[in-house]
This record gives sequence, C-alpha cells and structure tokens, in this order.
Amino acid sequence: MSIKVAGVSKNFGDFAALTDVSVDIPSGSLTALLGPSGGGKSTLLRVIAGLEQPDSGVVQIDGVDATVLPPQRRGVGFVFQHYAAFKHMTVERNVAFGLSIRHKPKAEIRERVRELLELVHLEQFAHRYPSQLSGGQRQRMALARALAVEPKVLLLDEPFGALDAQVRKELRAWLRRLHDKVHVTTVFVTHDQEEAMEVADEIVVMADGVVKQVGSPDELYERPSSDFVMSFLGPVTRIGGELVRPHDIELFDEPEAGARPATVSRVTRLGFEVRVDLDIDGEEAWAQVTRGTAEHLALEQGKQIFIRPQHTRTSVAASSAPRSTS
Amino acid sequence: MTRNRTSAPRWGLRVVVLAYLMFLLVLPVVVILYRTFQHGLSPVFDALTTSDAQHAYKITAIVAVSAVVLNTVFGVAAAILLVRHRFPGRRILDAVIDLPIAVSPVVVGLALTLVYGRNTAVGSWFGRHGINIIFSLPGMVIATSFVALPLVVRAVGPVLEEIGEEQEQAAATLGASAFQRFTRITLPSIRGALAYGVVLSLARSLGEFGAVAVVSGRLLGKTETVPLYVLDLYNNFNQTGAYAASTSLVLVAVAALVASRFLRPRGAMT
Repeated sequence: MSIKVAGVSKNFGDFAALTDVSVDIPSGSLTALLGPSGGGKSTLLRVIAGLEQPDSGVVQIDGVDATVLPPQRRGVGFVFQHYAAFKHMTVERNVAFGLSIRHKPKAEIRERVRELLELVHLEQFAHRYPSQLSGGQRQRMALARALAVEPKVLLLDEPFGALDAQVRKELRAWLRRLHDKVHVTTVFVTHDQEEAMEVADEIVVMADGVVKQVGSPDELYERPSSDFVMSFLGPVTRIGGELVRPHDIELFDEPEAGARPATVSRVTRLGFEVRVDLDIDGEEAWAQVTRGTAEHLALEQGKQIFIRPQHTRTSVAASSAPRSTS
Repeated sequence: MTRNRTSAPRWGLRVVVLAYLMFLLVLPVVVILYRTFQHGLSPVFDALTTSDAQHAYKITAIVAVSAVVLNTVFGVAAAILLVRHRFPGRRILDAVIDLPIAVSPVVVGLALTLVYGRNTAVGSWFGRHGINIIFSLPGMVIATSFVALPLVVRAVGPVLEEIGEEQEQAAATLGASAFQRFTRITLPSIRGALAYGVVLSLARSLGEFGAVAVVSGRLLGKTETVPLYVLDLYNNFNQTGAYAASTSLVLVAVAALVASRFLRPRGAMT
C-alpha cells in the first residue's frame, strides 16, 4: 500500500518542523527517513500516522485521502522509540490489543498472537509483563503488536534508538529479514546513516524540515545532490574547495597527470584501513587507503607524494537533481 | 556505629517532634477512646443506635458518597485536562483547583449560601423547579464536594504526567477509539492513584464540618451529619453520645488512612 505526502507543512509555534514536504513511498518498500535530529523526520512520520495534524498539505494512504482521519481509522502500525508498551498487560495481551478491541473471536486472537510471537521470537515470554523484558524484547513485542492488526503501512520512529549497539545491529538485520517475509510498506526514522544504508531500499534525506534528496542507498552515496547529503551519508574531505570521499583519492609517489603534490602529515593504521592525513599547500585533507597501498608507497610522516581525487561531488551533481517532488 | 553517632541534637529533634505529635494528636485521640469506653460497651451501643444517630449516619453516608462520586468523575476529567491539554488559562485553573485547601470551609459555606440561598436568583430558580439547595442535601453535597475537590486531581495528575501519552497514542494507531483508550489504557494505568485519591476524598468528606454546618442549617434529624451531631450532643451535655459518635468517626478515618497507605502510589502528591 503506497503512501503519498504532498505539500505538507507543520509549524510548532515559530518553529517550522516541515515546510512543503512531498514524498512518494511505493507499495511494499522499506524506506528510511534519514536526517539530523530536529530535521522534521519524526514529525513527518507522525503526520502520516495521524498523531500530528499538518497545517497544510495532503496525506494519502493506499490512494485514500487520510489527512483528516484520526489515527485509529488510518490502518497504520506505529512503533515508538521507547516501545510504548502497555505496562499493565502481559506480552500476549499487548499483542492481542488491536484484535480484542475489534472483538475478534477468542480462538482466532489466540492463534494470531501465537503466530506473531513466534515471528518475533517471544513465544516463551507470552505471560510476562513488559517490565520483565529487555529493551530489544520490548521493541519486538511492540512490532508484533503493530503487525497484529495487519496494517496497510508500518511506521517506526527511531525503533532502535534506545537500544545498545549490539542489540541494534541484530535488530536491524532482523527487521530487514522480517520485511522480506511480511512485505508490508514500511517507513522508519533514523539519524544513523549506516542503519539507513544497511536496512532500507530507499532513503529520504531530510534536514531543516525539507526533503534534501530521495534515492536508493547507492544513488545517494554515489550521486549526492548537495554537499549536505554527501557529508551526511559518509566521510568526506575537501580538496581544492571540492568535497571528495577519502577512499576516492589516488596516491602516487611520482607526478601523474591531474595529480597535485601533498605532504603526509600523519599515518594512522586502523586495522585493514590506513588513514593518511595530508597537507596540500597549507590546507588539511585526509585520504583512506588500504594497508597494501600504504606499504607499497612506504607512507610516513613528512613524505612528499602526489594525490588525484577520482570523483568530486561538483563534477557529478548536475546528473542528480532531487526527485523528491512529484 | 550508628548508635554511637546519635548525638544530642538528634535526640533533641526526636523529643520535639514526638512531644508535638503526642500533645496534638495522640493524647486527644487516646482520651476520646478512653472516655468512650469508660463505662463499657453498652452505653456506646445505646448512644449509636438512637434514631437521631442513625439518621446522622445515613445523611453522612449519602453526602460523602455523592461528593466522592462527583469528585472522582470531575477529578479525573480535570487531571486529564490539566496534564494532557494546553489552553489559555490552564495555569489559573491549576491554581484554582487548590483553592479549597486555602479557603476556610465556613467561607465556602457562606459563599454557597449567597449563590444558592432561597432568596437569590439561582436558588429561587431551582426552588421553582422543586429543588432546595441550601438547608437541604444538594447544598451539603455541593459544600462537601467543594472542600474535597483537589484530592483526586492531585493524586491522579502526577501519575498521568509520568505515564505520558505514548501508550494512548499506540492504542489509537491500533484502532482504539477515545473511549476505549480511556477505559483500557488510561484508567488501568492510574487506578492505584485514583483509589488513593478516592479514599482521601472519602475521609475528608466524612469529617467535613464547617461548610456543611453553614449550608445544612443543622436541622436535627433532617440535615445533620455525624460531625454536626457530635457537636450538638456535646453542647447538650450528652457526653457519652458525643464521644461514641466521635470514636466511630475516628475509626472510619483510621481505616481510610490504612487503606490509603496500601494504595498510595510512588510519587503521588497529597
């Protein structure tokens, strides 16, 4: 079920949380809303869910105008950063909530809850209370609860934000596999570019209440439409006023066509990678090379070398205007 | 070690606090209990089973229960309004809720008489529709509700604040209507605090004297609650009756406080 957001603006007092935002989220996709905190991505998600009313603009879910529908009539599943577990109910009753308020037959509810708890690997915790679960387990319970009502779209607001690094990584991979199994249109908010790149089919980059760029992880990484997107999606360094990825810099020990001289100011070995800090006519930059390259060039502090950026953003920007608006 | 560190100032503090409680609280209650049962149980039983006494209990029960029901409904609504909604005048409303704690109940009674008395516009309007408020049960319920008004609001408010809105929002996205969210999420989450507020309101309502004394007209056998009845007996030199009725009030209050100890949620303000 697709989601279409058109011309949505939302202000909180003087603060413009969203300014004329338009996004199309295709049916069955797994989309990340990525951006720095305060960029409007959570607000956009809450507008889609109906938990916030936009000041202007339209939200369509599955082709139906949902802008004025209350959250309970939108058919969305919402997962909160801090789980929003119903503390006075067992795991089983949490998951059953959406079905029991629809007065489904008891046997059907029991069967469906059992399936879902299996799906999120919480079968043996059915009779526990949320306070007896770890953060990761609570979040899986929240997911099962949201999936129980077979939502048209699943919305996750920084779902792994409150978890520690190890659990985060596990749940990310698990969410990706879950989506491959369940195929419900899913949108999740994150400020972690690695998380977005790893999990999502499509990424919507947002900052300052506007959509900066929309595309697949590869498109955004390879063809960022602005310095902002480029620097938000991965490491960058600046050479001669142009942004470049540190791993896109070639190093030579002899002069080459298009290469400029630089002095090695520091060599840091980080396992397989080597970080080479450079001094180019008084400007600082850095390059990332493999251990083999570093050894082959015998890089050491003070050595005079020649560098050539392979791609810079300005040289490719023209080919990728934002396709956010429709 | 701790015993050795108990120094003179600590002992001083204990003596002061205990002496204060002794003379203010423990001694009067103990003396009342002693005087009540001085001549055994049967005079107490006789005093509590006169028709006037029975009537006073009935009136007290009606007034207190009505006031508690009103304040429970209003208290939950007001707490939700104050915690969950932002509107102009919210801070003023928040302050007004505490007014009954600060204003003398006698003043409350007088003020209600001025509004609902038989010769006032509001009072005579009700009178024409067959409802007497002052010198009658409705006025006593209003007066009692007024003095016990903050208790449920202040018990429930902090807990509402603490549980936050996310559980209710989650329930909404799962398809729950506003009514279902209230009965299935909000109410179960606040039930401990609510029970605590209700017990406190009940204790306060049972013992209310000043406001009820003014609005009831203190008509023996008609509009007299137990506290009014106690003073009446005392003024008429029926001390056994006065002590017996007092003791019954004390016992109900103690029972309510014991119940509230068990019900009291962490972090609730009184």
